[in-house]
Amino acid sequence: MNRTFTCILCPNGCEIRTEYQGTEIRSVSGNKCPKGAEYVEQEITAPVRNLTSSVLVENGALPLCSVRLTRPVPKDRLFDIMAEIRKVTLQAPVQAGQIVIPDVLGLGSDVIATRDVEPI
Amino acid sequence: MSLIKKQAVIIGGGPGGLAAAAELKKKGIDDLLILEREHWLGGILRQCIHDGFGLSRFGCSLSGPEYAGRFVEEVRRLGIPAETDTTVIGLDSHRTVIAVSRKGLARYQAEAVILAMGCRERTRGALAIPGERPSGVFTAGTAQAYMNLKNKSIGRRAVILGSGDIGMIMARRLTLEGVKVEAVFEIQPYASGLPRNIEQCLKDYGIPLYLSHTVTDIKGAGRLEAVEVSRVDQRLQPIPGTEKIYPCDTLILSVGLIPENELSRMAGIEMDPRTKGAVVDEFYQTSVPGIFAAGNVLHVHDLVDFVSLEAERLADSAADYLRGKRIPARIPVSAGGEIGYTVPQHITGTRDVTLSFRPRHPLRDSWVEIRQGERCLLRKKYPRLLPAVMENIALPVSRLISDSEIKVVTVNE
Amino acid sequence: MDRAYDVLIIGAGVIGCSAARELSRYCLSLCVLEKGPDICMETSNRNSAVLHAGYNNTPGSAMARFCVEGNRSFDRTAEELDIPYRRTGKLVVGFTEDDRKALGRLKEQGEKNGIQGMKLAGRDFIRQKAPLIRGEFALWSPTTAILNPFEFTFGMAENAAENGVEFFCGREVTGIRLEEDGIYTVTAGNGVFRSRWIVNCAGLGSDKIASMLGIDGYTLHPCRGEYFVLDKKLKDTLPLPVYPVPNYKTGGLGIHLTPTLEGNILVGPSTEYIRNRGDYATSRRIMELLIRDGSRIYPYLKRENLIRSFAGIRPKLSSKEEGGYHDFVIERRADIAPHAVNLVGIESPGLTSAVPIAREIVRLIEEAEELKPNPRFNPIRRRFPSFRDKSREEQEKMIRENPDYGEIICRCETITRAEVLHAIHGVLGAGTVTGVKYRCRAMMGRCQGGYCQTRITELLMKEKGISPEELIYERQGSYLFTGEVREK
Repeated sequence: MNRTFTCILCPNGCEIRTEYQGTEIRSVSGNKCPKGAEYVEQEITAPVRNLTSSVLVENGALPLCSVRLTRPVPKDRLFDIMAEIRKVTLQAPVQAGQIVIPDVLGLGSDVIATRDVEPI
Repeated sequence: MSLIKKQAVIIGGGPGGLAAAAELKKKGIDDLLILEREHWLGGILRQCIHDGFGLSRFGCSLSGPEYAGRFVEEVRRLGIPAETDTTVIGLDSHRTVIAVSRKGLARYQAEAVILAMGCRERTRGALAIPGERPSGVFTAGTAQAYMNLKNKSIGRRAVILGSGDIGMIMARRLTLEGVKVEAVFEIQPYASGLPRNIEQCLKDYGIPLYLSHTVTDIKGAGRLEAVEVSRVDQRLQPIPGTEKIYPCDTLILSVGLIPENELSRMAGIEMDPRTKGAVVDEFYQTSVPGIFAAGNVLHVHDLVDFVSLEAERLADSAADYLRGKRIPARIPVSAGGEIGYTVPQHITGTRDVTLSFRPRHPLRDSWVEIRQGERCLLRKKYPRLLPAVMENIALPVSRLISDSEIKVVTVNE
Repeated sequence: MDRAYDVLIIGAGVIGCSAARELSRYCLSLCVLEKGPDICMETSNRNSAVLHAGYNNTPGSAMARFCVEGNRSFDRTAEELDIPYRRTGKLVVGFTEDDRKALGRLKEQGEKNGIQGMKLAGRDFIRQKAPLIRGEFALWSPTTAILNPFEFTFGMAENAAENGVEFFCGREVTGIRLEEDGIYTVTAGNGVFRSRWIVNCAGLGSDKIASMLGIDGYTLHPCRGEYFVLDKKLKDTLPLPVYPVPNYKTGGLGIHLTPTLEGNILVGPSTEYIRNRGDYATSRRIMELLIRDGSRIYPYLKRENLIRSFAGIRPKLSSKEEGGYHDFVIERRADIAPHAVNLVGIESPGLTSAVPIAREIVRLIEEAEELKPNPRFNPIRRRFPSFRDKSREEQEKMIRENPDYGEIICRCETITRAEVLHAIHGVLGAGTVTGVKYRCRAMMGRCQGGYCQTRITELLMKEKGISPEELIYERQGSYLFTGEVREK
């Protein structure tokens, strides 16, 4: 099979022409760095994505605190994680890096705060 | 109102202003002040909660707040004073800055002024979309601020006009929040945002991107009820008979950014009609001596990393300026062929420089040449050039042959 | 419920607000019912923003009389109410010999109406007044002025409210009944109001209100006019309104160009008879037409300088087939509704005529009963001080006295928190986003609220104590938010 992937790992967005059969890659070209080949392999076997969102904060200078995952998770679990994120309420103060949900859904990735929220 | 003297006043506490301030301080310029109109430093990054920032500057992928946080932290650590909740309302060619806050008016006399005000979004008016004027039409950045800073839901069923990066990022954000995003429509025959965002924000979620399409009518007396979309011809004119109605309660506009240069104009700074920012030399100095500009106020960047890096280069030269170094920039630099613009627009010809440029249209396997007269100083082949992607090309001083005009052009082979 | 007003005015457009102010000069209890969520939302605020001289109207007509009088007496009204305006004068330009003759007739008509200072002129005069305008012949009228219709209407409304008039927005009148005790019962929104007198100033709804009063036989023919707005950077290219030689048959004065006090240029309006009285849509077809026609007199019309379009609807008594203008109907029908003043078909020059029309309303009421002057009436109203127009010294003083002046909310127009708060909490405070915009000019600049709209909506919700879902952008049903992203 031939397919052109757009790598999402950096803004270069390399167009990577790939020849593969099932999960076995025959050739890749067009990637400016080795990460491109890894990306294609991951996409073919088990695509993963990062997720960013917000959680509710009580008694904070802001109503929300932005969050992200510490490592990418399977692409088809993003909406499940969103459901978990919706359940959380933090109390101010919140500190950037603070773990909001440890090991979310047992996927080996934490949801962490990406900013400080001072108390009112 | 007394006059407060400062070595450098930095207008804007976003990624450009913060990077410039930190770098100036590191170069030994101590008497600095950042003026920021918002309550928090960090600028637009505060609302850009998605990740993908920092790969060039920090070598890792950060969210907007984290990226801004690193600079805010550094500015604090370096002890650089910043006045927040303070809006600059006056700037003149003598580098007098007037700022207003709840404490009153303040007047600063700066040896150097760093313009880092960023940009604003193009609005519906600029597109002259006909139809009614219901609520539910938001620019992408305003929608982003409502959702990410103010905790407000802006609708249930959305159409996005324009394939700018913020629009695509909002398409994903809305989808993750349960909003049905019908499609993204782009009037040009190519996308205006980055390919990776088409991939991870649209394709991942099955959101179609229609090129050569635009919104031709807006319906709804109170709240938006539907938009009419038409295909456009090569002259970007709607083709009659191709109209299609999309019921929706929300229309997000991601149709371009414009450098925010009211203060620059007030100071009489020469502007470049193509970038809509100031004309600068390789030191990022404008036509008014001692006033420098970098980041989105100078030309719209697609990556914040390049804003910070540009602001840091600015700071290096502003520091030299503050130590009395003056080199006139006599060599004009201009764009030709398929190149839309270049920054800087003048150079001194005394040192290596980085020229930034963008093509007008997407190009494949294209040669870009830097020329003086008939002579080619440097050429580089690009497998792909996109209007969405700003390119930087290094021009060593050793390559220059004269003080005559430099042209950055595309060449057909 | 028990209490009856002396006079109830239906409609808070320029006529209703002017009537409210004129009537507040007398010892009367007054109220104004407005169907929209704010005052001055329809025809009164969607027009060319011109104070006409009065030469377009048939000598002897109410239109001619009130327009000329309204123009002449405007200086005093503006001074009392602190309303900005500028007597720019106006040119009507023509190209052909027929045009020249038509301009001559127009001048004659104006002179019959009592207008002074008009003159016929040629190309040199046009060049001198407006160097970029095309035309071979022109009629010059020095008394024509430009104003901001919302400021004018709001000024009168605010002064009326300060003199005791009660305003109720969001109250569409659905029924009027004359009770046996001679008192009218008016059903409006979810309320019932009682009044001895009714004044119908309902603009586009005035024929319907007339029917409710028992006065049948009027049918309005809504006629839409589309405009577009040009960027302020063209400010210096058009110092005064410029009109083509009118063809009254169309129902309008022709596509013209008008500078606004804020520095934009309006181009329009078209004349299109429509069915739906609430259809303010603009169209691509008409925009093309405006560009084509406007370019004849102003060759610098470029699509790229267009920043916004809008439409207004004329409440015309003359149908498309009849064409032209039907005179204002301002009447007291002693036979059918002795305690009602009925106004129908108040279209252009209604804005210019607003104060004389209001005086006529007073006169008609006085036919039936003696009105006692209100000794506490105060004709003076002052605009809330704006930060941007002041000297640096004054600005410093303003912030010292009220630190809210030190917080710039709208950076494009330099509008402060003090001004936004006043727009919300002042007399006749705004309850909608555009209500704030029209009152203090926030969000009217080049970014169109891109920066400050999020702060203004937050302030509105907080100060009014309303939920995100309750916040209204402009018209009924124009909610901005569907809730909160994260809820507990």
